[in-house]
Amino acid sequence: MSGFTGFDPERFFRAGLGHGGALGIQYHAHGADWAELSLPYDEKLVGNLGTGVIASGPILSLMDMATSLGVWLRADAFVAHATLDLRVDYLRPATPGKTVVGRGECYRLTRSIAFVRGQAHDGDPNDPLAHVAGTFMAPEGYPR
Amino acid sequence: MIRMPPYAELLGLIVETGHNGAPVLMMPFATEVLGRPGFLHGGAIGGLMEMAAIAALHAALQGDGGGEIKPINVTVDFMRGGRDKETRSRGVVTRLGTRVANVEATAWQDDPAKPIAAARTNYLIVRS
Repeated sequence: MSGFTGFDPERFFRAGLGHGGALGIQYHAHGADWAELSLPYDEKLVGNLGTGVIASGPILSLMDMATSLGVWLRADAFVAHATLDLRVDYLRPATPGKTVVGRGECYRLTRSIAFVRGQAHDGDPNDPLAHVAGTFMAPEGYPR
Repeated sequence: MIRMPPYAELLGLIVETGHNGAPVLMMPFATEVLGRPGFLHGGAIGGLMEMAAIAALHAALQGDGGGEIKPINVTVDFMRGGRDKETRSRGVVTRLGTRVANVEATAWQDDPAKPIAAARTNYLIVRS
């Protein structure tokens, strides 16, 4: 990316700490108001022992983080904020063995609320496995 | 008792005895579920509530012929930050249909009447 950026999502994710690190979530790509994170397949994420399909929780975490990064990119700054609500539609099970890529976008930023949406796929963006919509709130406000 | 999947182990979940068949799941505070310093990650709270919802539905299905559970959607409301303490969650099956179940779950720390988050979910049931 050219020009000044007040927020570097790649650096933010390098540490691999906390819940994101435990799930194995990594930085993938970003733009002016969106970020993509990847969640490589791992047996520790499995929610159904019979099928080997990962649980829905890791997808929720992935999309919460990707949309949050999308907000910071659109705000062009790291702002303390909290998820107000997040809805996830699980369109189909993630394919066992495949890496899930989650893309989160901030499509509207107001003084205190950020509106986000996103999709997750496991190889083909035209065959998504999850769709999300949500909001974040910044107690101290987002920069305008 | 239900066998917990690997993801439940990653969250560190412990099954506690519930009433009306639905267990209470307890998630200890640990680095694996940490978000920003000192607070639980929202995704871990959501994951905990999804596991509690599935456990409640599993228990309800046991007395109703059984079946496979597939998640359709979840809507999570985050009300309070999750602090450095134990978090509990329990699911309530609000409707058990032939093909679809509506399940709600809350997560709390000190007081069940003061939830830190709530989830509303739809599950597809594939009857055996």
